[in-house]
Amino acid sequence: MKKVLSGNEAIARGAWEAGVVFAAAYPGTPSSEILENLATYKEIKAEWATNEKDALLAAAGAAMVGARAMASMKHVGVNVAADPLMTLSYTGIEGGLVLVTADDPEMHSSQNEQDNRHYARFAKVPMLEPSSSQEAKDFTKLAFEISEEFDTPVILRSVTRISHSKGVVELGERKELERDYGLVIKEDKYTMLPAFARERHRVVEERFRRLKEFAETFPQNRMEMRDTSVGIITSGIAYQYAKEVFPECSFLKLGMVWPLPERLIGEFISKVDKVYVIEELDPFLEENIRAMGYRVDVGKDRIPICGELSPTIIAEALKEGYKREEISYPNPIPPRPPNMCPGCPHRGVFYVLKKLKLFVHGDIGCYTLGALSPLKALHTTVCMGSSVGLGEGTTQVLGKEGLGKVVCVVGESTFLHSGVTPLMNMVYNKSNATVIVLNNWTTAMTGAQEHPGSGYTAKGEKTFAVNYVELAKALGVKAENAREVNPYRLDELEKVIREEVNKDETSFIVTKDAPCALLRRAIKSYNKPLRVDEETCTGCRQCLELGCPALSWDISKAGEYRTADGKVKKRKGAAAINPLLCNGCGLCYQVCKFDAIKGEEEEVPIGFEINKYI
Amino acid sequence: MKRDVTNILVAGVGGQGVILVSDIMADTFLEAGYDVKKSEVHGMAQRGGSVSSHVRYGKEVHSPIIPKGEADYLFMTEKLETLRWLEYCNRSTVILMDPIEINPPAVNLGEMFYPKDIEEFLKDHFDRVYTINATETALELGNARAANIVLLGALSRLLDLDERVWIKCILDRLPEKLHELNMEAFKKGRLAI
Repeated sequence: MKKVLSGNEAIARGAWEAGVVFAAAYPGTPSSEILENLATYKEIKAEWATNEKDALLAAAGAAMVGARAMASMKHVGVNVAADPLMTLSYTGIEGGLVLVTADDPEMHSSQNEQDNRHYARFAKVPMLEPSSSQEAKDFTKLAFEISEEFDTPVILRSVTRISHSKGVVELGERKELERDYGLVIKEDKYTMLPAFARERHRVVEERFRRLKEFAETFPQNRMEMRDTSVGIITSGIAYQYAKEVFPECSFLKLGMVWPLPERLIGEFISKVDKVYVIEELDPFLEENIRAMGYRVDVGKDRIPICGELSPTIIAEALKEGYKREEISYPNPIPPRPPNMCPGCPHRGVFYVLKKLKLFVHGDIGCYTLGALSPLKALHTTVCMGSSVGLGEGTTQVLGKEGLGKVVCVVGESTFLHSGVTPLMNMVYNKSNATVIVLNNWTTAMTGAQEHPGSGYTAKGEKTFAVNYVELAKALGVKAENAREVNPYRLDELEKVIREEVNKDETSFIVTKDAPCALLRRAIKSYNKPLRVDEETCTGCRQCLELGCPALSWDISKAGEYRTADGKVKKRKGAAAINPLLCNGCGLCYQVCKFDAIKGEEEEVPIGFEINKYI
Repeated sequence: MKRDVTNILVAGVGGQGVILVSDIMADTFLEAGYDVKKSEVHGMAQRGGSVSSHVRYGKEVHSPIIPKGEADYLFMTEKLETLRWLEYCNRSTVILMDPIEINPPAVNLGEMFYPKDIEEFLKDHFDRVYTINATETALELGNARAANIVLLGALSRLLDLDERVWIKCILDRLPEKLHELNMEAFKKGRLAI
């Protein structure tokens, strides 16, 4: 049976067909749907892990008792998992272990566009790179076979245009593995004391030699010989783009990008007049091929390193006489950037932080959008947990000078991922920083995945939920400095933040009763849309400072308005609320100093009515 | 580049069902016996921002992304969004567009204007421009969210595929309680061209 599947769906399907029984991941675009799909198979114990390192270790622990196991993550997640990865290369496995890295060339939703092919070389493990959904499924199965044949973790590398593209896939059946899972005691293989590790390094090098031989005849490293005036060496999604532009040329299509098949590459190069290496991001293939002593006629000298490739970019860089008709609109086109949703619980926090003129160490999540106009209240973002980690050094150097000036803002999923240890570090080293955890009950940015504070597992079972205040207190934050606040109540929020940033001790604030406005399970009901009273709106634009998509500026309302004491004054326009978008969170009602924003009832609700299941 | 592939660029604003309607297209082309690929970007782009999906079908499709200048159809669920994809078009690209206007933030804040000459511009630069009042039609049927299926009905008139295949693939992707509404929407769309 054939079906249209995304690369991520295909990877999950491949894992299921390969007999995988355990999978773990931390969500991250473009990888998140792999585990979401794995969780739909009853034969697979699929888990959201606290972070990528925990995911890889959990998968490795499953593999050590003989199971086939998978860990999936975005490219920067592999940085977090790199510590176990480097040594799991030494220990090897019992059951097959596959690490999926989903890279994000172009940074559609990432903080960098690192090329994770380097990790295969660094960790001395094989890496497969599919170029379509069909290959995503097939290569996942091959990855498990290679893993078990060579006693090594295998990395499967996807990119956004594989993970989030869809293509036709021929479905197969699941093959249950006929094996018993059990404890294996091999200290010299799994206990990496220096003496054992020295031996294992030799094993790794010997394995690498055998893998290089394997790569020479691996059927997914294949030559497609046509016109030999140009030969293109490529892999992954770049193969598809190159095929689109140069259907007449000869190709060496590498399904395995590490280790490389040196003799096969030499053979291919000897058959063609000119050699093009077409790859996305770094000159990984190119440099390795050059290091083998072969010539490369065209590579990164003409193909961009930055950003993702496309058929158009390749044609522009390499195709002689390429040109296309250009149709362009002559006037400015208003951009439509992502924005916090109407009713988002983060919006009020950034409004208050801006009002208090605080320096904000930010973090990875929807709330990174707090950096954009008009909120513009987030000043750094580096990696998961960076807000808390950076806040420590910043506050230590500024000392008392920094009091009342610095906060660290982090979502609760990111905080659990890698904000807990730097908070411990802060308390231990007597930082006076204030950490604000925006608890919206879910990993929102990646599409609402569960985490250890959400109360549910990846399989939808109820489970224990972390209590953030108790956690902070256990790390040493004083009880009077560990506070909860409803982020929709702006006065209270401002008061709590003001008090805590001025304390010369580590403070911890967590938002309460404010789930993600899209988390339907948590929101019992939205409120009726608010409206602008056109008689009294002064056109001061203060409500627009919230950056709510439901609020707009209406110049057709320029003219007169009436003050509270009955005077008639002039305005340049008035605010307007789009009733289709407004869900009545009540922020603009609080921000309006002129009582010009009204609800259906006299008393305007603040925040939403929620299901308190956590 | 290869011309035995049909390219449809679908775009609109987050929440308008751009991804769903492109999924239905892909299912339909597979069901009709073609190779098909599609590509879109999830994640940050969803949060009220521009959303787009490239859909390609034919005997054999390589790139999931449409080469610039080679879109055969622009399927636009919002008017302004059409202007963002012009570099994917040529003069004979067929434009299908819902004339609904959704203000981007800069327009909401009064910093920029929503262009008023879009339809005129398109008619000057393209041979075939179909303005389909999809949202309006869907609202008349009782749910603005069916606008994408109205527009799909219109597209289905331009492609040489069996109507029954479209209907099967629409129904397969939607919960049963929405079947009647969307069948009506699809029919209205077919009548709009």
